[in-house]
Amino acid sequence: MPSKRYAKANRTRCVSCGACVRECPRGAVEIWRGCFARIDPAVCVGCGRCREACPADCIELLQREAAS
Amino acid sequence: MKPKHWYDYFWIWTVAYFALGFFNILFAWLGMVDFLVPLLFAVFGGNKWFCNRLCGRGQLLTVLPRKFGVSRRKPAPRWLSSPWFRYAFLAFFLTMFGNILYQSYRVFGGAASLREVVKLFWTFRLPWGWAYTAGTVPDWVAQFAFGFYSLMLASTLIGLIAMALYRPRTWCSFCPMGTMTQAICKLKQRGRLPEDTN
Repeated sequence: MPSKRYAKANRTRCVSCGACVRECPRGAVEIWRGCFARIDPAVCVGCGRCREACPADCIELLQREAAS
Repeated sequence: MKPKHWYDYFWIWTVAYFALGFFNILFAWLGMVDFLVPLLFAVFGGNKWFCNRLCGRGQLLTVLPRKFGVSRRKPAPRWLSSPWFRYAFLAFFLTMFGNILYQSYRVFGGAASLREVVKLFWTFRLPWGWAYTAGTVPDWVAQFAFGFYSLMLASTLIGLIAMALYRPRTWCSFCPMGTMTQAICKLKQRGRLPEDTN
């Protein structure tokens, strides 16, 4: 069963430092070509560790839609 | 925790850099590695591999709070990671770097003589004469080393202060190298975006 929440990074505000990549226990985060962090919602379990690590405070946890 | 990689120990490099420069200022030249390698990765690889995996300073800022709890772990003010501040800070750093080059050039040309001081935050002069024996290398080489060590010391101290006050890697959100390499990567990817919106 998928987690209730998943993390999403703000592409505009992300500084692509990779702090979230290091922190993610699931390896769900990648820095897309040095531009911004991308978090795979299928792998993310919504633990929020990346959000706590992000120096730009640009990651938010979203509720998964009931259907998916 | 994820398994350790060989490159997870580069924080030692950052500590060693300042220790070596304390005893012999010429080691300051090694800091050019931290200046050039990220740019090479960005220009030729179009990535931020340096920031993401190799940066010793970023690792030190991660390791210190983990081991000693020396960070409040509070979100930093938004303006610290805003584009205008990041680019202004980059401009400031490039200006200071340009000044180091200019001072070294003046010493090279004989217009100025070598000053064996490390300047803290571009203001406070720290006597550093023990770290250099006059005449070991051309004076301009030593002048650049003193200047560059000052720049590295100032930026690391700013990083440590930001780490203590806010989140461990707050420095990374306005690090001049990070801003520069991300700008290069974004230029290389102009108009291209991943198909999904993750």
